[in-house]
Amino acid sequence: MKNIKVLGSGCRNCETTAKLIEQAAAAKGIAIELEKVTDMAAILGYGVMSTPGVVIDGQVVHAGGVPDRKTIEGWL
Amino acid sequence: MFDALASLLVFDLLGLSAGDRLGAALHFFVADTVKIFVMLALIIYAMGLFRAMLSPERVRDYVRGKPEWLARTLAILLGAVTPFCSCSSVPLFIGFVEAGIPLGVTFSFLIASPMINEVAVVILAGILGWQLTLLYVAAGLAVAWFGGLAMQRFKPERWVEDYVWKIRMGQMQAPAADHSWAGRHRYAVNEVKEIVGRLWKWVLLGIAVGALFHGYVPEAWVAEYLAGGAWYTVPMAVLVGVPLYSNATGVIPVAEAMLGKGVAMGTTLAFMMSIAALSLPEMIILRKVIRWPALALFAAVLAVAITLVGWGFNLIA
Repeated sequence: MKNIKVLGSGCRNCETTAKLIEQAAAAKGIAIELEKVTDMAAILGYGVMSTPGVVIDGQVVHAGGVPDRKTIEGWL
Repeated sequence: MFDALASLLVFDLLGLSAGDRLGAALHFFVADTVKIFVMLALIIYAMGLFRAMLSPERVRDYVRGKPEWLARTLAILLGAVTPFCSCSSVPLFIGFVEAGIPLGVTFSFLIASPMINEVAVVILAGILGWQLTLLYVAAGLAVAWFGGLAMQRFKPERWVEDYVWKIRMGQMQAPAADHSWAGRHRYAVNEVKEIVGRLWKWVLLGIAVGALFHGYVPEAWVAEYLAGGAWYTVPMAVLVGVPLYSNATGVIPVAEAMLGKGVAMGTTLAFMMSIAALSLPEMIILRKVIRWPALALFAAVLAVAITLVGWGFNLIA
């Protein structure tokens, strides 16, 4: 199971990103563990300054802006 | 083209007249809405296609460890071409602090980034001409340079929240970008959706305010109070503008209407800059990393710098 973290201070784009990932995973029938990281120290710990960021199994795959659907499907 | 379209809709289809207040306001609204949104979509798409937008992480890498004058120059110039959502100002601030970048340089970045950006610059040039655009950019760069320099004198480090100093930033392996044309196109379309989705409210609001000003504010009144560039009009414009928030693009139609009615140029530019550079919501976000005295100073320094620039332009003009 993939562990996916959405990094963001709770802004609307971060919510949208989390929702998009959830939908894409549900559509593909892939089980994921989705986590929202709002702690600044943790976000910067990943080296991300522009939110929302996405971390999959400990690897930053995206930073800054809402990712598009195709990209998300690529991660899954 | 856009004006003709608006004339067709408002004057021919709705039967309003150009001399009519409502007609003039509606015409302004329709023409500007179509013009600005078409331009927005085109510019953002083009920028996205060439992946020309910089990320704050890259800016941090370029600026860190440079001598202060160079760091400030880079922060301002890169700030002008880095799209920046105020929701990211906290991680950005902490990231800069952690890299050992002086706070005065970070403030320069925070001033330049929202005030000048390539999207607003292209739209400004399209609507108000390139001479005024150059003046606006030059004024913005000057305010960002001196504003950051002045902040540094107050040693703002003492007001930074303690936890900020303790955060250690990790190394990010930048995700590889998809450089095929299909990938670029997808990225660009997504950028258009996201940025227009974020900005459209501010832009429409700006156009509506501009349209009301254009249609309903009598020219004689403007001529009497605002056209001469009397000294007090500039600080007044700044005081009104500082707490207000709008995106730099959203301010353009307001400035267009003001200049069209004959408001003095320095007064208009000062109003634009004070709205775009700083706002109450932005200050509340920044409060998470720095205490009120620094924020109050920041607002005061910016207000003074923008006022001086406005006076300067009114003197020249």
